[in-house]
Amino acid sequence: MARGVKGRVLIVDDDTALAEMLGIVLRGEGYEPTLCADGDSALAMFREHKPDLVLLDLMLPGMDGIDVCRAIRAESGVPIVMLTAKTDTIDVVVGLESGADDYVVKPFKPKELVARIRARLRRAEEPVPELLEIGDVAIDVAGHSVKRDGAAIALTPLEFDLLVALARKPWQVFTREVLLEQVWGYRHAADTRLVNVHVQRLRSKVERDPERPEVVVTVRGVGYKAGPA
Amino acid sequence: MPAVAGPVRAARPLARVRRGPRRAWRRSFALWRRSLQLRVVTTTTVFSLAAILVLGNVLITGVRDGLLEDKVQAALAEASTGSRTSQEAIDSADRSEVGVYDRLVPDLVRQLSKGGAADGSKDVLLLRGPDVSDPQAPLSRSSSGADIGAVTDDLRTQVQTRVVQQWTYSRVAREQGQAVPVVTVGSPVLVPGFGTYELYFAFPLDKEQDTLGLVRRALLLAGLGLVILVGGIAWLVTRQVVTPVRLAARTAERLSAGRLEERMRVHGEDDLARLAASFNRMATSLQRQIRQLEDLSRVQRRFVSDVSHELRTPLTTVRMAADVLHEARAGFNPAVGRSAEILQTQLDRFESLLADLLEISRYDAGAALLDAEPTDVVGIARQVIEALEPLADARGSALVLATPDGLCVAEVDSRRIERILRNLVVNAIEHGDGRPVTVRIECDGDAVAVAVRDHGVGLDPADATMVFNRFWRADPARARTTGGTGLGLSIALEDAHLHEGWLQVWGQPGDGCQFRVTLPRRQGAGELSGSPIPLEPMDSARRRQAVHAGEPYRRVGAPGGVDA
Repeated sequence: MARGVKGRVLIVDDDTALAEMLGIVLRGEGYEPTLCADGDSALAMFREHKPDLVLLDLMLPGMDGIDVCRAIRAESGVPIVMLTAKTDTIDVVVGLESGADDYVVKPFKPKELVARIRARLRRAEEPVPELLEIGDVAIDVAGHSVKRDGAAIALTPLEFDLLVALARKPWQVFTREVLLEQVWGYRHAADTRLVNVHVQRLRSKVERDPERPEVVVTVRGVGYKAGPA
Repeated sequence: MPAVAGPVRAARPLARVRRGPRRAWRRSFALWRRSLQLRVVTTTTVFSLAAILVLGNVLITGVRDGLLEDKVQAALAEASTGSRTSQEAIDSADRSEVGVYDRLVPDLVRQLSKGGAADGSKDVLLLRGPDVSDPQAPLSRSSSGADIGAVTDDLRTQVQTRVVQQWTYSRVAREQGQAVPVVTVGSPVLVPGFGTYELYFAFPLDKEQDTLGLVRRALLLAGLGLVILVGGIAWLVTRQVVTPVRLAARTAERLSAGRLEERMRVHGEDDLARLAASFNRMATSLQRQIRQLEDLSRVQRRFVSDVSHELRTPLTTVRMAADVLHEARAGFNPAVGRSAEILQTQLDRFESLLADLLEISRYDAGAALLDAEPTDVVGIARQVIEALEPLADARGSALVLATPDGLCVAEVDSRRIERILRNLVVNAIEHGDGRPVTVRIECDGDAVAVAVRDHGVGLDPADATMVFNRFWRADPARARTTGGTGLGLSIALEDAHLHEGWLQVWGQPGDGCQFRVTLPRRQGAGELSGSPIPLEPMDSARRRQAVHAGEPYRRVGAPGGVDA
């Protein structure tokens, strides 16, 4: 991370005007934006620039945004924020399931976007040594690692944050709104689908049987809580 | 009150007694009206039965008359021969012999009853006339088993006065008490020295009666058979006509139920085939037109959706550019700075309009999906009110939340419920004239209801259905001030329907409005049957008046009793 720069952001969007405007806004906020206009060169640029965050339009010429998202996620846990013009559940869920951490629906307010980016880059500022446990899953917060029976489980930063938020207060039931605020940094409840999809993704990694979760338990009608310690 | 209740109660058992047969009658009348086949068959049967009865009657009368005429002719001939031979025998008897008649008469009677017609079953009576007074005169005689009943007084009088052959019908009792019709022929016989006797022949008609009975039975059977046959034929013929008509009706019903590919089968070239063919042509043309309209509206909806989507990307860019300008407005001259502000606010408005338009187009395209999960509706309402507090403050309206103790959990799509409540509360604030807006929540076993009550200008009940129309305004002259898009209530209605719920409004001019949304607690549990909150608010002017004016005399019903 260069000095004075809050972070490098790769903007993948085929609409040059929007991309340029995003660049202006982000630069004004102190980020270092890089522009990429199509899906095919996105992965190469990602490898070359090693951004701290990726802003990804879902509709791209060439390689589709969803595929780009999967490809990046396959080699990195870097935060990905999707830009989408579609709000239908299916589109949003497909985007989130392909590995995006968050999404912003066009048209968005610049402040809203910046808040999301800031929330995703906020982490790593609190290296307090802390060891947590849910069931047979051990979490080293400072070391940023999750282990079951000594075997490491690879989580994206967002999934890690979600797990830590639940594990820190195993007695508390978290509503989706509270999780949105704590993990994603939303001030007002936006979309609880975000939580649902990421809980599914998290479960598929940390649960022995994702169909019968023991680590992240659903409390019907309320939300989620950490499983019995 | 009791004066009214009395007669009503008394009338009830009577009505119940009458209901049974009346219902049966109504049902058969309905069947009669519904079934063309039944009507045709019944009418045909009734008319052919009447025709056959008349015809049969004529036939029977003819046969009977013919039979009787023959019998009477034969009887008359036989009787006149008999009376002639008797007279000859009497005349030729040797009168000097003492008691010659006492011997002759029984012989004569016996001979007469035996002779003549082949069957020989006839009775003969020789009766003393009224002018015979000599005790020595022969007594009246009759053949064995003859019945004096066959000789009527009328006939005797006629024989005595006219002195020629006379005849009549009568009846005699036979063994087993059966009356048998007879034809009786009488003629006077002169017995020299004693006076006029009357000779009667009674010919029984039982053979003719048997024949007639046989003919009648045969006719009856044939008639009945014919009626059944005619009825059957009518049934078959009408069936041939009615079946295709019924088929057409059924096909038309399916068509109107939306199965546009439904057609009638066409066979032959008769009128019914023509009916089927033209019916099918009509269906095809209807189908084509409906498809065209559907395509058109699909294209239209697709277009609205595409336009809305395509607008989003440039709008985002414009939005960001405007934001950058807005941030920097302090450095501009006042006019440019103000322009940047106006640009910003109008972009907000444009954005929410676009969002609502997209939502509506999603509903129009049938693409709206329910993402229902058990959620506490009270919690949603609390969030909505919290978020709208600044707007309410700006308008001087207090937001009041009235909730039951505990949670009201229902299977709902929280995003949509939040939107419904936001739309209703914003609407109430906008039309609330700065008076308090109350949000009330109630739940029972089946449903959760949220009522949003304002005390603004109110609503004409005639407009109650209009408020959910797109871009509808109660008063076109009234400007939108809170930046509502005019689609909020339409979307709220669609959202409520998607939950299989209700969204209704109560309003009175000058008494404010109450919007009530009622949602089933479980999805797929079937139609809602009621709402936990009455549509007309308890604090409406009418209800307050009812409670107030009537306090000492009347009792007001339980809440919900006057629910619209």
